[in-house]
Amino acid sequence: MTTTTDPVTPDPPVIEGRGNPLRVVARAIGTIWSEPKARFGVILLTAFILLALFAPLIAPYDPHDGSFPHSQDGSAAHLLGTTGVGQDVLSQLIWGARVSVSVALIAGLLATLVAIAVGLSWGYVRAFWGEAVGFIVNLFLVIPSLPLMIVIAAYLHSGGLAVIVLVVVVTGWAWGARVLRSQTQTLRSRDFVTAAKFSGESPSRIVFREIMPNMTSLIVASFFGAATAAILAEAGLEFLGLGDPNTVSWGTMLFWAQNSNVLLTGQWVQLFAPGFMIALFAVSMTFINFGVDGLSNPRLRERTAKR
Amino acid sequence: MRYFWGRVGLFVLTLWAAVTLNFILPRLMPGSPADAAIAKLSQNGPVSPAMRASIEAQLGVPSGSVWSQYLSYLGQVVHFDFGVSYSYFPQPVSSLIGAALPWTLVLVGSVTVIAFVVGTLLGVVAAWRRGTVLDTVPTVGGQFLSAFPYFWIALLLLFFLGYVAGWFPTSGAYSQTATPNWSLSFFGDALDHAILPGLTILITSFGGWIIGMRNTMVNTLGEDYVTFAEANGLRPRSVAMRYAARNALLPQFTSFGMVLGGVVGGSLLVETVFAYPGVGLLLFHAVTNQDYPLMQALFLIITVSVLIANFLVDILYGVLDPRTRQ
Repeated sequence: MTTTTDPVTPDPPVIEGRGNPLRVVARAIGTIWSEPKARFGVILLTAFILLALFAPLIAPYDPHDGSFPHSQDGSAAHLLGTTGVGQDVLSQLIWGARVSVSVALIAGLLATLVAIAVGLSWGYVRAFWGEAVGFIVNLFLVIPSLPLMIVIAAYLHSGGLAVIVLVVVVTGWAWGARVLRSQTQTLRSRDFVTAAKFSGESPSRIVFREIMPNMTSLIVASFFGAATAAILAEAGLEFLGLGDPNTVSWGTMLFWAQNSNVLLTGQWVQLFAPGFMIALFAVSMTFINFGVDGLSNPRLRERTAKR
Repeated sequence: MRYFWGRVGLFVLTLWAAVTLNFILPRLMPGSPADAAIAKLSQNGPVSPAMRASIEAQLGVPSGSVWSQYLSYLGQVVHFDFGVSYSYFPQPVSSLIGAALPWTLVLVGSVTVIAFVVGTLLGVVAAWRRGTVLDTVPTVGGQFLSAFPYFWIALLLLFFLGYVAGWFPTSGAYSQTATPNWSLSFFGDALDHAILPGLTILITSFGGWIIGMRNTMVNTLGEDYVTFAEANGLRPRSVAMRYAARNALLPQFTSFGMVLGGVVGGSLLVETVFAYPGVGLLLFHAVTNQDYPLMQALFLIITVSVLIANFLVDILYGVLDPRTRQ
């Protein structure tokens, strides 16, 4: 949030520099890195992404390979044992990172894009349209999202991951939109926006090139918030059997483990391990946000609190 | 009074929008849920014209004007006529929901109040003792726990406290030998069954209240009136509770709505893990059996319950904060 202090000079080069996406990203990462809790989150998240990328190299077996003895406890050959149909649990866990990590990141990204588009334009326009959009956003905020997801996913049954991403985006954008909107409202009356208006810039350019770069940290925060919600929602839907049961992901591992009653047979590792991965992945992003929150503009924090 | 009527108006508008969303959803979906529903229902026996009309009004048929469908749907909703469930044939959907709703309302309602009180108090302590162990442990710990999937916490508690330790019953809302009545022994039995699901919801939901309260109170502690109260030589405890915490409490109520939606969603998963006979378990059965009438009605009831709770909190907020009434 350092740029809010110096944007009074409407020099074109300064604006170009601010709008450069690479620099914006670099600064965001730098901001997050300087907070220890967030640094822990960044390292954890990077580890998960590497795990997902190099799953074929790390995993000892093919996750679909069911040729092993059924329902084995952990051994040297199968560190976490085998499932009820003879698949290696550890390999499934490693391959599962691919689906879970990519669903979280893709759904988080899409939800954030919707939140940016809605939140910024909603914060910039006034009068009737502002009220109308506000009503819709509030409606999506109060409607419990998991039941809505369950209902949509039930209608689009056997749709697989695309459906899960879709329902997560449909239900997950409203919170970010609301946060970004209130920040847009505070920036709307700043001098540099007025200057941009007088120099004849179009509203969309003012919103996305002048105002947006000033809320990088908020956008990052709402991305990780949405991605966290996405991973938990994906796991929940798959656990209920609303995903494609043939994909290997942490959610479907939990679904199969629950369906083969591993708690009764004592193979609780099959429930513990995928859930722990989901929790750790969600924690990594929550902790990044912890840092992002703490470093945001104090004035802003006060504003959202007083809302 | 203007605040009150404004809130009532907004509530009615939101209620209408939610009911309408419930009408639009099945019509947006590919295929015809109504035909599938009637086909499923006919496996149980002949479908009477009244039942067919009811399902068509609720789930939509390609023929017939949308407007007339909408009107008859609204009529049904007003009369709580949600048709017949076919996974629990021939029970009407409304009686199934009527049996399940009290369990969820009591469980989620009481646990939410406990989580709110415990979380807010811990948040007060965290802000007052900022930077000490009393701050970092609850805030980081609460944040950590709230990132955990509800159903996973539920499974862990079920395994360790239910199966391994054997301290609590592992499924249902009361013993199979017991019949629901108002006796004290049945109440104790039901409480025993509610502890594990309740504990799960509590563990995953109180972190948000801690963070919210702490962050707001850190702000109010910087206000002039707190400095003034301290300068007047008031005891630290009354400065914390009666000046800082009291003013920081209000924003907690505004976040109630968002939090409640999440808690209700999470409790749906918790109920399926513990086979707790509330609306969550019923929704799970409806979804796995593709029982669309039951599913639609449950979604509507859950949404409306959350809206009503939000409305009540809004009204309470108006009573607590005179500024909103201007």
